[in-house]
Amino acid sequence: MSAKTADKIATGIIIFITGLIALALIGLLGYILFRGMGHISWHFLTSPPETIRKGGGIGPQLFNSLFLLVLTMVITVPIGIGAGIYMSEYAKAGKITSTIRLIVEVLSSFPSIIVGLFGLLVIVNKFNFGFSLLSGALALTIFNLPLMVRITEQGLRSVPLAQKEASLALGISKWKTIRSVQLPIALPIVLSGSILAAGRIFGEAAALLFTAGMSTPRLDFSDWNPLHSDSPLNPMRPAETLAVHIWKINSEGLAPDATQIAAGASAVLIITVLLFNLGARALGRYMHNKFTASK
Amino acid sequence: MGEIALSAKKLNVYYGEKHAVHDVSLDFAEKEVTALIGPSGCGKSTFLRSLNRMNDLIPSCRVTGEIRIGDRDINEGNTDVVALRKNIGMVWQRPNPFHKSIYENIAFGPRYHGIKNKKQLNDIVEESLRKAAIWEETKDRLHKSALALSGGQQQRLCIARAIAVKPEVILMDEPASALDPISTSKIEELISELKQDYSIVIVTHNMHQAARVSNKTAFFLNGHVVEYDKTEVIFTNPSEQRTNDYITGRFG
Amino acid sequence: MKKSNDREVATPHLAEEWVGKVYTFICILFLIITIFSMVYFVASKGLSTFLVNGVNVKDLLTGLKWKPDGEPPMFGALPFIFGSFSTSILAAIIAAPLGFCAAVFMIELSPKIGRTFMQPVIELLAGIPSVVYGFVGLSVVVPLFRDIFPGQGVGIAAGALVLAFMILPTITTIATDALASLPAGLKEGSYALGATRWQTIYRIVLPTTLPAQMTGIVLGIARAFGEALAVQMVIGNAPHIPHSLFQSASTLTSAITLSMGNTAMGSVQNNALWSLALILMMMTFVFVFIIRWLEGRKKL
Repeated sequence: MSAKTADKIATGIIIFITGLIALALIGLLGYILFRGMGHISWHFLTSPPETIRKGGGIGPQLFNSLFLLVLTMVITVPIGIGAGIYMSEYAKAGKITSTIRLIVEVLSSFPSIIVGLFGLLVIVNKFNFGFSLLSGALALTIFNLPLMVRITEQGLRSVPLAQKEASLALGISKWKTIRSVQLPIALPIVLSGSILAAGRIFGEAAALLFTAGMSTPRLDFSDWNPLHSDSPLNPMRPAETLAVHIWKINSEGLAPDATQIAAGASAVLIITVLLFNLGARALGRYMHNKFTASK
Repeated sequence: MGEIALSAKKLNVYYGEKHAVHDVSLDFAEKEVTALIGPSGCGKSTFLRSLNRMNDLIPSCRVTGEIRIGDRDINEGNTDVVALRKNIGMVWQRPNPFHKSIYENIAFGPRYHGIKNKKQLNDIVEESLRKAAIWEETKDRLHKSALALSGGQQQRLCIARAIAVKPEVILMDEPASALDPISTSKIEELISELKQDYSIVIVTHNMHQAARVSNKTAFFLNGHVVEYDKTEVIFTNPSEQRTNDYITGRFG
Repeated sequence: MKKSNDREVATPHLAEEWVGKVYTFICILFLIITIFSMVYFVASKGLSTFLVNGVNVKDLLTGLKWKPDGEPPMFGALPFIFGSFSTSILAAIIAAPLGFCAAVFMIELSPKIGRTFMQPVIELLAGIPSVVYGFVGLSVVVPLFRDIFPGQGVGIAAGALVLAFMILPTITTIATDALASLPAGLKEGSYALGATRWQTIYRIVLPTTLPAQMTGIVLGIARAFGEALAVQMVIGNAPHIPHSLFQSASTLTSAITLSMGNTAMGSVQNNALWSLALILMMMTFVFVFIIRWLEGRKKL
């Protein structure tokens, strides 16, 4: 076989395989949407699930997922950005900093089930937070912090040194410089990174099985006092999220329409994650345009 | 000669192993323009950056020797670097306005230093922009992004930003080298205006510029100061052969 | 000279600098404390199987029978360890060539389609939640394997195939970065000698980027090794070493996921699960160090 023929065959194979990957994604998305879309209705999105009868919905689970996402982001963002600032601006190059870097890398490589188990041991049992939204949010915070740190560092590193110098030379303190000059420029990267992180949180289940729990109490959606035990906003109640729900009905679902519910819930999950993804892209592009257009 | 605004005594700067500035001792007189000239890589910018401790930002950089303002040595460990930098403004080679509006670029410093009154801030913004000869071009678009200005305008905005916090000394690191000839001459005019109120230290590789704007000139070579004297002396009757070679264009 | 006002402005910003330093330091400290307590708690729980309950370490690591409720209870975790390694390595074997081809396509063949089309495809694959992968695996892959191969369809093959798609984005992204960072002269030199594109790729590009490719593959294996729910849904969960790729099996993560909720805290059955978690954690360290080592080689 001549080198030219080999080249042609190899090129063909590469194109074929790449196409196959694209087809796999399209097939995957198509399958979920095709199977699930038919099942999605207002009733499905808002009513509570049934254990053995047909016609259950995913209302509480959807709410739990969204609420948990908000709780998690509220805890994660300030800590993650703070730690990212430390790594990028305060940490001096040296042994200690590279050790911290290794630690963050290890934390980011921990399987989410390990994070969930740690949450069970320490947050749920030792701190006695029980299976609750708060426990879940803390577990997800641990799970997501390394990513948030990396995003912040990345964002700050994209800020031109000249900007930082200009501010410091005016006699502005370092902390004020970080907050008012560097972070605003880093914002597009931090923001779109956070949205992608939010998508990851929304779909996470393994870290939640043993922290937020696998059940939801009967909720009274007219009671918005977070201190009441059947209020949806009570952070100390157990909360099964959408992702956990999908896992549960697939492994132990008894309802006759379990598969359709799983498909519908998967479709909702995918659509939400897609929206996060598109949102991050659109935002990144918008901010990029805003900056480059004014230059 | 007037009072001394700033003086360096036996200043040495190292980047890691590299010895960039050797034993430089220079006095900068108040309300005068001092030019630092020399071929690229001679240590003049490095020296300039140590005058407001900007070299602190470079991890491998080490500075020894004294820089005195009045009776204090700013290289001492207990120096309040933030307060120091408020007194010593800086302008860079490439204009680096903040990614904010024109107004915010100017008001950012004074507001941080305690001026909260809106009227007072407005006055400072106008005064600084006027002093930097850019008020007429910007007064109708104060709240538009500073990044939309041309390079020369941006540089004058940066000068306005520096004087808005009322420093005593302004350091300029080749402030016109990235600009077109017209903007350059505007900046030079501006420097001549500004020396009425400020002590200015300007790094330039353009000898004509040094001759036009400065009162005194220091010639740097390989990290050493070869000669430091009145500008007319340096350019007409230097005492060192190497200075003469440089200003007549034999090298550099 | 007005030196007196220096001191007036001095105090507030010094306090402010302090706030910034302390705040960011507390944040990073939180991270460090978290990870050390994770290691400490999981390790102390996992080790108590051996220290408190007196289970032999060697029995756990090499034992073939997992019968926590048996008489006497048996804690042989080798089937799980085997399941974890075989699914994740098999997943990498499937995903690595796919990822490499996609990377070559995106960098060498058609950067335009690569950027505008394949890049989003890869990012979306990365964004799909693992339970959705598990659900599709359960409702598409398992029935398909059941029809084609003998057995129930569940097993290591189904697990590996699902995992392969989950780790494909990691492998592809790192392979793409590696190809993109190759100096242009390297390839041009080869083309100038009359080599075809394919010859250039496998003689020059592949060997030069091999350490980076390996980094991607190990990262992929690490992720697959720790993935819990997607695997658990398609692997069948039988606690023994299967005779074929299409027979029900278990992994460390699937065993933990299934049983953790059904055992009482502190019991030997529960502690044994923590020992599995400890193995999982130790493997994470191993993977991180392999990746560090590979990245060190890349710089040479």
